[in-house]
Amino acid sequence: MARVTPHLSWIGRRLLLGLGQTAAVVLFIFALTEALPGDAAVALAGDQPDPARIDRIRETMGLDRPAAARLTDWVVSLLHGDLGTSLISGRPVTGYLTAGLGPTLLLATATLTLLTPLSVGLGVLAARREGGPLDRTVSALTLAVHAVPEFAVGVLLATLFGLWLGWLPPTAVGADPFTQPAVLILPVVVLLSRPVCTISRLVRAGMIEAMASPYVAQARRYGVSGTRITWTHALPNAIAPATQQLARTCDWLLSGVIVVEALFVIPGLGTVLIEAVAARDIPVVQGMAVVFGIVTVLVNLAADLAARRFAPRSEVAA
Amino acid sequence: MNDARSSLARRGFLIATGATALAFTAACGTGATTPDAKNAAEGAPKQGGRLRAAFAGGGAGETLDPHAANLFVDAARAKALFDKLADFGADLAAVPRLAERWEPNDALDTWRITVRKAAFHDGRPVTAEDVLHSYRRIADPKGTFRAKASLEPIDLDASRAVDASTVEFKLKRPYAEFPNVLAAFGAYIVPKDATAFDKPVGSGPFSFVSFKPGSSLVVKRNDAYWEGAPHLDELEFVIASEESARVSALLGGQVEYAHELNPATARTHEGKGRIDIVRLPGSAMQGFVMKTDRPPFNDPRVRQAFFLIADRKELVDGALSGAGEIGNDLFGKGYQYYPSSLPQRTQDLEKARALLKEAGAEGLKVTLDTAPAATGFVEAAGIFKEQAAKAGVTVEVKVGNKDTYWKDILDNGTFASYRSGAMPIESHISQRLLTGSTTNATKWQQKDFDDLYQQAQSTSDVTQRGALYERMQRRLYDEGGFLIWGFADWIVATAPKVCGVSKTAPANTLDWARFDKIWLA
Repeated sequence: MARVTPHLSWIGRRLLLGLGQTAAVVLFIFALTEALPGDAAVALAGDQPDPARIDRIRETMGLDRPAAARLTDWVVSLLHGDLGTSLISGRPVTGYLTAGLGPTLLLATATLTLLTPLSVGLGVLAARREGGPLDRTVSALTLAVHAVPEFAVGVLLATLFGLWLGWLPPTAVGADPFTQPAVLILPVVVLLSRPVCTISRLVRAGMIEAMASPYVAQARRYGVSGTRITWTHALPNAIAPATQQLARTCDWLLSGVIVVEALFVIPGLGTVLIEAVAARDIPVVQGMAVVFGIVTVLVNLAADLAARRFAPRSEVAA
Repeated sequence: MNDARSSLARRGFLIATGATALAFTAACGTGATTPDAKNAAEGAPKQGGRLRAAFAGGGAGETLDPHAANLFVDAARAKALFDKLADFGADLAAVPRLAERWEPNDALDTWRITVRKAAFHDGRPVTAEDVLHSYRRIADPKGTFRAKASLEPIDLDASRAVDASTVEFKLKRPYAEFPNVLAAFGAYIVPKDATAFDKPVGSGPFSFVSFKPGSSLVVKRNDAYWEGAPHLDELEFVIASEESARVSALLGGQVEYAHELNPATARTHEGKGRIDIVRLPGSAMQGFVMKTDRPPFNDPRVRQAFFLIADRKELVDGALSGAGEIGNDLFGKGYQYYPSSLPQRTQDLEKARALLKEAGAEGLKVTLDTAPAATGFVEAAGIFKEQAAKAGVTVEVKVGNKDTYWKDILDNGTFASYRSGAMPIESHISQRLLTGSTTNATKWQQKDFDDLYQQAQSTSDVTQRGALYERMQRRLYDEGGFLIWGFADWIVATAPKVCGVSKTAPANTLDWARFDKIWLA
């Protein structure tokens, strides 16, 4: 039992660090949005920049108050669990988050569910045929696909499967992804395209290294079967760096799917964030920053924990 | 075409119901692929069906409050759910809508509006009280609604409801073009007790079904609509802010109407039979503003030289991919009161050089502010830079922030890209060219010009007023600060089975996004 305490305190330290990181992210975002040229009043006035109207909008939104006062108010209400209200619509920020979270979470879950077996499988396959034609094909393909930006892959797939062949809906316009999951197929494929490449390459590299290690040689000498060596001895060690890459993919899925959301018209968190920034809707931007910050911290914590479990000796704790 | 428009424009103050609405709409019916063949075979409107229309949107911050309308999609949705007292015809002259007619007194500072027999979606009649409530809400000193500036000439405290269907508006000064106020962007009539717009009740051709901000609005046919029920059973507005997504959705049969396409996309699909391209001419003025109150443009000769530097055809072809027509340094080509008799200005580098020399501005250097705030801005700036170089003028293009662009160029800089949507020539003058105008980007502040405008607003005779407008515009043509090189088409695309889409209405006028007149073949 004595070993549990340091372990727990490690989690505690990581959580504290995470809390600090989240606070820093929020402050950073606030400073950045303040530094953006113009404010919500200017963005809202658009091509009718009547100065008197801008001043009135600013006054109604409370933007004429100093930045420090607005930040303090916001932090105080945040501590009460209140994320505030949008400057543009006056609706609560939590509403924005829940509305955007559904589609994004659905996309992320679908992607992750497929991503893990696909990339581990590919990586192991390539590692077991190291140097062979299969390994070289997989390597060439993953490198090639990874070089193509999501936007290009998306346009290509939507044109091919959506418009030429007519097999799949080219966008998710006006469809509810929960009741018509077909609209999610192309977006998920696009989202998978690059992470599959990075993670499978990490798995492959880790596997090759592990298979060449002394403990695998030892296991072979004991007569353990090849399959068992691959999956239970080598893979857990090989997978530690991949786990952390997976965590990074989670962050990216949550906030970085903007291109895919725009291309396929999925009203998720990325879209909400982009529009909030363009409108200088600071409360919404801040609310999203908090959520993204917390999720990132938690996911990375989970990844570190998993990595420690898979390979306790390597002491990976990034 | 211009003659037909101006004769339509010369209607009196008492006008029968808008009969022009259908005269301009596209014909439809056969499965023919070329647009011309389609036009030839007119089919009768068919009842029923559901149409989905994709627009660029405002995201999760969207509201259905018609007075808060800012974007095209806001205007299109508000038009489906609500009515204005008047709206703009294809020539930007006001056409009566909820107002059956309007009559001014001799001094043109009191206007009597008769509200037609119409009902809100909950069955209550539209009354003079609703009109006054709506206008007071827009003009509330604490409010920030866009139409507030347009309503400024009305003295709302002195205005009153004469009876249930008659409103008497007292104005602060004579205003012959008062119907333009009734048609102003966002001046919708809402019920007098309306405060929230989560489930809006209007008097428009469609009534509310459901709304998801940033994603979808569903409305259904209002059978009791005063102008006759729409042909469609249901209409759904969906949001797709990426142009490529709108086109994919249309090609893939997920929507039947896509608003705002790039000229290049339109050309790719035009005449292929899969989708129909509709170009709405005269929708967006494109140009540059020169600040007339500061060097180098405080010398009219420099402004004239710049007018002569522009090769308008090259700008339209390059920056708008040819989707538009050339301008003549005046706003509102084809609109009521536009002086089409003025000679078309063409590039004359010799004369431009001579003018610059005369003004002592040889080897002139200017900074041109631009931003990706509208289609073709940055491209046009680059093209003009090349053209100016040929006349010995160095133009330095400075690309700014698109979200704050309009505010940035209002008072700062000397030379900037500019664009405007459709509005009556009178509104363009009053909003941008009078000494007290709130968005006077050219800093054109001329006492005699202001006087001419006031004189026009005290003149009830349309011909005389037209002559005054022409004098004002000649002045601008000779030495104004707007270098207007083109008018961009607004491009919408529809599925081939969509009929009744107007091909002449500039964006934001009555027949644009007029879904109650559209049917599915």
